[in-house]
Amino acid sequence: MQEPVKPDGITPSQTVGPFFKYGLTPTGEYAWNDAFTSSTLTPDVTGDRIRIEGRVFDGDGVAVPDCMLEIWQADAQGRFADPQDKRALPNASFRGFARCGTDKDGNYSFETIKPGAVPDPDGKPQAPHILLAVFGRGMLRHLYTRIYFSDEAGNAGDPVLALVPSDRRATLTAVREAGKPVYRLDLRLQGDNETVFFDV
Amino acid sequence: MTFIYPVDSNKAHPLPLSPEYKSSIKRAPNKPLIPMRHTLSELTGPVYGHETVRKGDNDLTTQHRGEPIGERIIVHGHVRDEDGRGVPNSLVEIWQANSCGRYVHVRDQHPAPLDPNFTGAGRTVSDASGYYRFVTIKPGAYPWGNHHNAWRPAHIHLSVFGHSFVTRLVTQMYFPNDPLFPFDPIFNSVPDEKARARMVSSFDLENTQPEWALCYRFDIVLRGKNATPMENH
Repeated sequence: MQEPVKPDGITPSQTVGPFFKYGLTPTGEYAWNDAFTSSTLTPDVTGDRIRIEGRVFDGDGVAVPDCMLEIWQADAQGRFADPQDKRALPNASFRGFARCGTDKDGNYSFETIKPGAVPDPDGKPQAPHILLAVFGRGMLRHLYTRIYFSDEAGNAGDPVLALVPSDRRATLTAVREAGKPVYRLDLRLQGDNETVFFDV
Repeated sequence: MTFIYPVDSNKAHPLPLSPEYKSSIKRAPNKPLIPMRHTLSELTGPVYGHETVRKGDNDLTTQHRGEPIGERIIVHGHVRDEDGRGVPNSLVEIWQANSCGRYVHVRDQHPAPLDPNFTGAGRTVSDASGYYRFVTIKPGAYPWGNHHNAWRPAHIHLSVFGHSFVTRLVTQMYFPNDPLFPFDPIFNSVPDEKARARMVSSFDLENTQPEWALCYRFDIVLRGKNATPMENH
């Protein structure tokens, strides 16, 4: 064991490159075991089950087939499966994390539950949202964004959405399909209707 | 929640648009990122225990029937935060090319052999002091189409979680004294020379095992939690 020394800074990010699938999202053609799937659902999870789906596009509007997306979210009561969240315990096995790669047409999808409201630093409720990290070839550092839901009245008072120019908020809002527990949100890495990404 | 993660630390990262790395040109946002205060959502994160990791997942040389071809190496180090504290229980995932510079990936068509005894993926969880260890094969350099005579320096990809969504890191570990460093736009996308040096492992003679494997040390440094009330950043 080495003695801890204060480093002179953090380790910089690098791209996942085009060949991450065997290591990180080995479904389908690869035999390595999955640490994570595209579902957060566990047998004892409570709340409204939903699917979030969409496509990822580059600055030319071309589908991105080698992206990896990760989500992190609270449970239906707005609690995180993290010891730092000191509120009541979450559902016993709900972890709130999922990962998926895009397919050859840039499609992604997650099976999850609609999250509850999470407090902001002042203790006020934020509108229900899911955190999303986007990794890919050509992306030297992953991008952070949020997924909001089109059928939430609380969006209007959400402190983070309020930081976003009103004409760009739609890029963060997954739209509920009529009559189905399915929300659609396309991601655009660049250009017209570029997704809002946050500096965190 | 009474902690913040310093945003200044992010200066060590590459700029999203690094035109020398051609794939970044159409995939980097044009619009500036929007700064925001960290909320409970950003300050929490997936913390995984050992249930995700199977026995032997950190030894990439014993996952198949036979021994892989190439130079066996030990890669180890600590996951720490920038204040030097070990980050325990953090999942570390790795993936890499084989000793010939070929990935087990349907899209890798580099005309170098695949090794039936090496598939190049592993994972482990850092211990109570943040320590992690892998046994693997030194990856080869490989050509890529970015520019004339473009070859990636040998590297191992690492994915680390830390303890919050804002400490999530995917990086690459390089090997000391690689002659390809000056020509690699991915390595050089990190503007600060000292920060670039933090992606290069050091040869570790002390932990090299006689008659068996060379050892390289690679310490991974994640953002540090400041014990500061999060009123602003």
